[in-house]
Amino acid sequence: MTETPLLQATALTRMYGKRVGCRDVSFDLWPGEVLGVVGESGSGKTTLLNCLSAQLEPSGGEILYTRRDGRQVDIFALSEGERRLLLRTEWGLVRQNPRDGLRMAVSAGANVGERLMAVGARHYGDIRGQARHWLTELEIDAERIDDLPRNFSGGMQQRLQIARNLVTSPRLVFMDEPTGGLDVSVQARLLDLIRRLTRDLGLACIIVTHDLGVVRMLSHRLLVMRGGEVVEAGLTDQVLDDPQHPYSQMLVSSILPV
Amino acid sequence: MNAPTSAKSLAMPAETKSAETKPAEAKPRQEAGYNYAYLDEQTKRSIRRALLKAVAIPGYQVPFGSREMPMPYGWGTGGVQVTASVLGPDDTLKVIDQGADDTTNAVSIRRFFAKTAGVKTTTRTEEASVIQTRHRIPETPLKAGQIVVFQVPIPEPLRWLEASEAETRKMHALEEYGVMHVKLYEDVARFGRISVAYDYPVKVDGRYIMRPSPIPKFDNPKLDRSPALMLFGAGREQRIYAVPPYTEVRSLDFEDHPFEVESWPRCCALCGAKDSFLDEIIVDDQGGRQFVCSDTDYCEARRAAGHRGPA
Repeated sequence: MTETPLLQATALTRMYGKRVGCRDVSFDLWPGEVLGVVGESGSGKTTLLNCLSAQLEPSGGEILYTRRDGRQVDIFALSEGERRLLLRTEWGLVRQNPRDGLRMAVSAGANVGERLMAVGARHYGDIRGQARHWLTELEIDAERIDDLPRNFSGGMQQRLQIARNLVTSPRLVFMDEPTGGLDVSVQARLLDLIRRLTRDLGLACIIVTHDLGVVRMLSHRLLVMRGGEVVEAGLTDQVLDDPQHPYSQMLVSSILPV
Repeated sequence: MNAPTSAKSLAMPAETKSAETKPAEAKPRQEAGYNYAYLDEQTKRSIRRALLKAVAIPGYQVPFGSREMPMPYGWGTGGVQVTASVLGPDDTLKVIDQGADDTTNAVSIRRFFAKTAGVKTTTRTEEASVIQTRHRIPETPLKAGQIVVFQVPIPEPLRWLEASEAETRKMHALEEYGVMHVKLYEDVARFGRISVAYDYPVKVDGRYIMRPSPIPKFDNPKLDRSPALMLFGAGREQRIYAVPPYTEVRSLDFEDHPFEVESWPRCCALCGAKDSFLDEIIVDDQGGRQFVCSDTDYCEARRAAGHRGPA
């Protein structure tokens, strides 16, 4: 494994005028590691994710990323072109609502193939073969390669969105509430799938969610956020079984027993 | 600019009319009361500046201050402004619409410049120094020194996939053109081939993706390394772009689904041409139909040279 962390955030701060989006967040993410970010609505989870995934420029702090070629780069010191290329090749972004992450007007195959074409693939047969492979990998019937995403169920749309991101073999995937809006059985299958994929592909992943069940199942480490700040960080089991901060304790105890 | 207005010159002298029907002989007189070629000099200068920039960066869309023209948007306001800016008193103008010299749009634009600029007009491709066109490139090979002016409805090739102008400009700047192939992929997946028949996207000089205006893809190969200067004007969208002479213009495609032009199982019914773009026209009430050249000048020249078709 490499010596440097894959992603290194230092004193990351984002202000909305006088209001705090997130403040003074620091952590290291190592290759193959899954990091969960939990907290209530408005706690700054999504702001943090948007900053990390270069969608939103932070007001302070820095984010260092180690590229495939081993060079560590400051995300916001890169030119916009390089940053966007990174986003298309080495990173993936799975949005809460698949409609935001998919092209709803073109077929599933084109959705999966888009990133390949964006990095220069010009052979129709190859693109289609890859699309078929990733649809099967995400448990979508390859027969449906020419169907429009709008004719897919919510769970399938979410899996299609993941397939679309994985096709360029990214090393780091950001997920914003990947299971939000799905019913419980579909959620469980999707979680199984994400866990298998992150393990098999050695993906590093940052998952933002308010659902403690999701992070218990997927993530190795956990950040608990409140009011824009990280109040507790540690191994997932440790934080969930023995929360130290009063807010984490409240969060853990508010899970409804089944 | 010209002699003071008299009632006689306002009442459309006969020579203007004859110049229009008889190709390139007597030079028509410029109508009094208008500046040369209708537009004022400062506007023409600003358009020429935009044209210079467009020629310097092949395929790049240059914004320009489009003026109101005495015709509706969609009838060629962009093309007319470009023509007005490049037209000199010694030029000979040809105007075609869908390949034909005798359609309403072509006739009125030709008459417009005969009146306001007093230039010679012609229907013969080889005699023209400026050719304004809608939807076609003439079949007769173009020569060095000729200028073709295209009327463009929508200049932005990425508009189909991206609604935001700010975003499409960024995509052009960063050369992010992968989405163009998403459209082509979608075609192959749905129809088994690339079904775009006109306005087929091209890459100019290995850099900018460009819409060649709604010409059939049959005409795309004529853009590649053409000796003539190609200017594109979009009046409503206020953009000008250009393909300088001898510039590489490649039509987008896939390695395993290469670009192809359309072909017809028959020849032109009038002149027997097998190499021209054919229109299918209905000729009687019984559903009888014919395939004829869409380029009327090409067809007439061939018939004058003794070629005959099956009809």
